[in-house]
Amino acid sequence: MYATNYHRASSVADAVKLQSSSDEAKYVSGGMTLIPTMKQRLAAPSDLVDLRHVAELKGISVDGNRVRIGAGTTHYEVSTSAELKAVCPAICHLASHIGDPHVRHMGTIGGSIANNDPAADYPSAMLALGATIVTDRREISAGDFFTGLFETALEDGEIVTAVTFEAPAKAGYSKFPNPASRYAMAGVFVAKGADGSVRVAVTGAGSDGVFRHEGMERALAANWSPEAVAGVSVDAGGLLSDIHGSAEYRANLVKVMAKRAVAAA
Amino acid sequence: MAKVAMTVNGRKVSRECEDRTLLVHFLRDQLALTGTHVGCDTSQCGACVVHMDGKAVKSCSILAAQAAGSEILTIEGLAAGGDLHPVQAAFKANHGLQCGFCTPGMVMTAVDMINRYGAKLDEKTVRENLEGNICRCTGYHNIVKAILAAAEEMGAAGRQAAE
Repeated sequence: MYATNYHRASSVADAVKLQSSSDEAKYVSGGMTLIPTMKQRLAAPSDLVDLRHVAELKGISVDGNRVRIGAGTTHYEVSTSAELKAVCPAICHLASHIGDPHVRHMGTIGGSIANNDPAADYPSAMLALGATIVTDRREISAGDFFTGLFETALEDGEIVTAVTFEAPAKAGYSKFPNPASRYAMAGVFVAKGADGSVRVAVTGAGSDGVFRHEGMERALAANWSPEAVAGVSVDAGGLLSDIHGSAEYRANLVKVMAKRAVAAA
Repeated sequence: MAKVAMTVNGRKVSRECEDRTLLVHFLRDQLALTGTHVGCDTSQCGACVVHMDGKAVKSCSILAAQAAGSEILTIEGLAAGGDLHPVQAAFKANHGLQCGFCTPGMVMTAVDMINRYGAKLDEKTVRENLEGNICRCTGYHNIVKAILAAAEEMGAAGRQAAE
């Protein structure tokens, strides 16, 4: 790891100030991607601004159907939240399968979505739940937030502070983890909103990151069942192809994961 | 360089170190607590697992500076005096190790999952919770057996204490 300067932020305002005092500063939340990346010298921020001790970024609140998860909430906290389980068990299930227990104790929802790894789990949930990403300066719909591989709508120095969404009537998540890395080779989050609208979001498979599949959304809106997905064709164009699996293989995985997600919902 | 202070195995410690120093190197090189191992150095193998404020974490993927002010428990802090911790004793009784390199991380992970699940721990849950710990010798069977035996014993001890 190259040398870096560590700063611990006490509030969001403090973090923004610390970040802006250097050209090459990065925020670190749980650090479960950033620290390993720095160890490989693939990232070399001159300064690290630690958000883990910022109280205003923590916590889960459920008010009727309105869910708010603070960006600093760990995967472990999401996976074990009784409040969340009562209104959206699918997101608890998703969080309980990220990485391993040690990673889940550190990694946070804000860190995961701000990083937007194409194989990360949370972006699919945000997209399918029609979530709003709240930052220190504005609110961004999930559809506008994820803009490509490791790319988001975040501006320099902008901090994700929370995510909010309406609890869905039904939702499910299923992923096929790479047998070695355990990252999703295809993960599908399906959600049926209280108004009946259906969203299907796919992670791990797209060559441009997380995306929605409108064909499956139409099929599920007409008939919410695994069989409805079976008749939809998933185009291999635009899907990742690598040593772990061809685009055609992933296209099939997307369909199978979608069926399982609906069955689990 | 900055002064990093934390509590390790109940003892307050403070050392000068570079901001890029990893927690595992702080423990091994600065405090000479070499029970915590570096296996893969890429956050996969779990040989470096310690508890930070009561939760199992990978000390190779956390800066010492991030851990400043926290309570750290390492494998050296488990045994009470000359008596092995029940999880350590169960690993010994069940042959839960061969070369022993992964064992400190396995034991710390086991203690963490027993703390979280207690007597509800079953084989499937143990295997799921070993996702972040790699052992190249045992094939895991005896590790799983050891953890289940320890969970049962700790549950029984807890029940006795409560009565």
